[in-house]
Amino acid sequence: MIRAVFAAVLALALPVHAEIPIKEVTSPGGITAWLVEDHNIPFTALEIQFRGGTSLEAPEKRGVINLMTATLEEGAGEMDSRGFAEARDALAASFSFDAGSDSVGVSAKFLTENRDQAIDLLRQALVSPRFDQDAVDRVREQVLSNLRSNEKDPGTLASERFDRLAFGDHPYASSGDGTIETVSALTRDDVVAAHDAALARDRVFVAAAGDITAEELGLLLDRLLGDLPATGAPQPGDAPWLLPAGVTVVDFPSPQSTVFFGQLGIPRDDPDFFPAFVLNEVIGGGRFTARLMSEVREKRGLTYGIGTYIVNMDHADMLLGQFSASNDKVAEAIKVVQEEWGRVVSEGVTPEELEATKTYLTGSYPLRFDGNGPIASILVGMQMDGMPIDYVTTRNAKIEAVTMEDIKRVAARIFKREALHFVVVGQPEGM
Amino acid sequence: MPARCGASLVLALALTVPAAAEEPVSTFALDNGLNVVVIEDHRAPVVVQMIWYRVGAADEPAGDSGIAHFLEHLMFKGTEKVGPNQFSGIVEAQGGDDNAFTSWDYTAYFQRIAADRLDLVMEMEADRMRNLRLTEEDVATERQVILEERAQRTDSEPGSLLMEQMRAAQFLNHPYGVPVIGWRHEIEALNRDDALSYYERFYAPNNATLVIAGDVTPDEVRALAEKHYGAIKPSDGIVGRKRPQEPPQLAERRLSLADERVSEPYVYRSYLAPERDPGNQRDAAALTVLAELLGGNGQTSVLARALQFDTQTAVYTAAFYDGTSIDDATFGLVVMPAPGVALDKAEAELDRVLADFLEKGPDPAALERIRTQVRAGEIYARDSVETLARRYGEGLSIGLTLTDIEGWDEALAAVTEDDVMAAARKVLDRKAAVTGWLTQPEPGVEDSADMDASVATEEAQQ
Repeated sequence: MIRAVFAAVLALALPVHAEIPIKEVTSPGGITAWLVEDHNIPFTALEIQFRGGTSLEAPEKRGVINLMTATLEEGAGEMDSRGFAEARDALAASFSFDAGSDSVGVSAKFLTENRDQAIDLLRQALVSPRFDQDAVDRVREQVLSNLRSNEKDPGTLASERFDRLAFGDHPYASSGDGTIETVSALTRDDVVAAHDAALARDRVFVAAAGDITAEELGLLLDRLLGDLPATGAPQPGDAPWLLPAGVTVVDFPSPQSTVFFGQLGIPRDDPDFFPAFVLNEVIGGGRFTARLMSEVREKRGLTYGIGTYIVNMDHADMLLGQFSASNDKVAEAIKVVQEEWGRVVSEGVTPEELEATKTYLTGSYPLRFDGNGPIASILVGMQMDGMPIDYVTTRNAKIEAVTMEDIKRVAARIFKREALHFVVVGQPEGM
Repeated sequence: MPARCGASLVLALALTVPAAAEEPVSTFALDNGLNVVVIEDHRAPVVVQMIWYRVGAADEPAGDSGIAHFLEHLMFKGTEKVGPNQFSGIVEAQGGDDNAFTSWDYTAYFQRIAADRLDLVMEMEADRMRNLRLTEEDVATERQVILEERAQRTDSEPGSLLMEQMRAAQFLNHPYGVPVIGWRHEIEALNRDDALSYYERFYAPNNATLVIAGDVTPDEVRALAEKHYGAIKPSDGIVGRKRPQEPPQLAERRLSLADERVSEPYVYRSYLAPERDPGNQRDAAALTVLAELLGGNGQTSVLARALQFDTQTAVYTAAFYDGTSIDDATFGLVVMPAPGVALDKAEAELDRVLADFLEKGPDPAALERIRTQVRAGEIYARDSVETLARRYGEGLSIGLTLTDIEGWDEALAAVTEDDVMAAARKVLDRKAAVTGWLTQPEPGVEDSADMDASVATEEAQQ
């Protein structure tokens, strides 16, 4: 019975598309943002991204943008660290600041009833942070503590070794958190300079969702961001790819090995991007029915979870995956992954797999827009990826258009068993 | 029909649902005992179905630790109608996601999917309430998956191992001291019969709460629930959940776990604490506020001010309390010392700050800020219908009433300084506490961490 129902609904599932009313708002001062207005709940979610992030810094200052970002909420204007936190909490606003490889991000949520005060407070953190020496030193100790933890975290060890092998002398080759040596040597002047380099109007992307009108948002943008410097530091160039096929083992005392693997990927604006995206979902999606989950977990019980991802950074495009497996099973798991990598090229995928994956991708897309916070975050990501404002209405058609022919072509083009590199952190047996 | 289907998937976020002051929640029960909660949110054409069974790891037979979580995994293996391992595939092919989680007090399954597919996922969920099919091979493979899960989430994390050992020491008699995922040696021995007998006894409409949240109306849900769940017979194996209770705790417990994978040592203190009870959440509300005051904020909390600002004793401090449980809860404090500060010094400083707090009490302004955040939290919470669904499902599963669940924010806002201090004096008693140190091995001493030792996860996801 269920199969009959399933088949019937499947036939209806095809015309799915997502349509949300996204407006582009330009402030009187010329800053643009995307907005989804929704007055159901009296608060607004605001997302801001400054392109560049930790890749803007010099090698000897590695970690400075991360330290700067983590210190933004530690005092601003007339307020010290405690004063700022008390003011924020008294408004029940929430601000979070994050330094990534390609951008510095700011996520804010604030109530309609005290929106102006919340924005004034956030403005001070962004425009006039104090970077008091004691705050810089205290946050530095937290960063150093994280760095020491990372030295014993198998997942971090795996991804950092992978990056170091892949990216040569590009900033991507090392952690944006810096090293114990570089972070220890950073001065307050370095932090101030990093602020000017990273938080500038020439690289800002903004989106908002919730209880705010276009006019209100326009005025808010100028107040919040208008006093930031017009330009910041130059962006880095594209990263090289130096990683040959193979296996790198990093000895680590653990009953389980953590595996990070990958190869070159495909640019976001490549005509084959959507076929590649769909194909990756067939092979390495996080769903229980994806091939690797099925082969490595469901059939063989070798892991708790495995997934692969098409990763598009500003200066590198990759196809990456990860999993963990007990030391006595990890060699077998790697062999299964390699075989699946080859099988997708030699055998392709079945029409059923393609159809089921397309209905999953198209059907789940609207489910992502489930609240003001997620909507603002998706909207800012679309802008950074250079998507047009009507992208949400055309995206599912691009998935639908992927054919078996496309999959075959892209499988041969993208999935390179002979290029796949595995970094294994643990004490794997037989490797 | 296709047009209706397409239209219903359009996200019309700016469309007209009048802002309700509170989330519109309604409830009803079927004749077979199934409780149903409907939470309406018409902002997007999405629905969440959650079924919460009132059985969890603390209801397991002694010696079979992990069976609740093991069964949770096996529930995806199929029925007569749904082929082997096809459950998730059918949901995914409809654009939905599904998963499950197990705690000491409940086991829950959920799907998130377009609202017009509720009929399908309800049929499937009702089907596997009684018609699970398991082969020996399913069971053997899934046991390996769970052992990998344990290796990944527990055995590879010294901090998780410490927590597991501390819980075992905290609960002298109550099964809350046994990890949800199970002790490794007991997981290894779990079999198909264990799983099926547990399933047949506990998976029944009179032992479950169905929560449907999203773009639905109570009438639609009632009709669908009657159609799919209405004919399922109740189990006669459901009895009151009387677990062994804690005796008076008279002796402080201390333990230390040394592991070469530790980079940042810390001290963790766990006190036995009261939980939320039906009709009486006052102590739990006060403890929730106490945790926020002591360690809820990296800039303003009592521990952060004393140990990270006024002195450079610590790089990180925090306090934890969650009273949403059937039996006793725990109240936790952690101090990660600054470089060069030994754990005994860090622990002494923690106790000094607590003694000082017990003498002087909280800053009234801090209490007022927490009240403001509680009120705002009600507004922010309405942005996630899934969070609301969890709140109701979890509360009802541990025996709270709708009045308790809906009155929780009010209970928090009503907490006074006196309430906080009374709760603090009652709970911050070292005789009912476990103090754990996570350390690096002494140089020249063999690594003492037992790789086969096990760990507790509060929620073990499928």
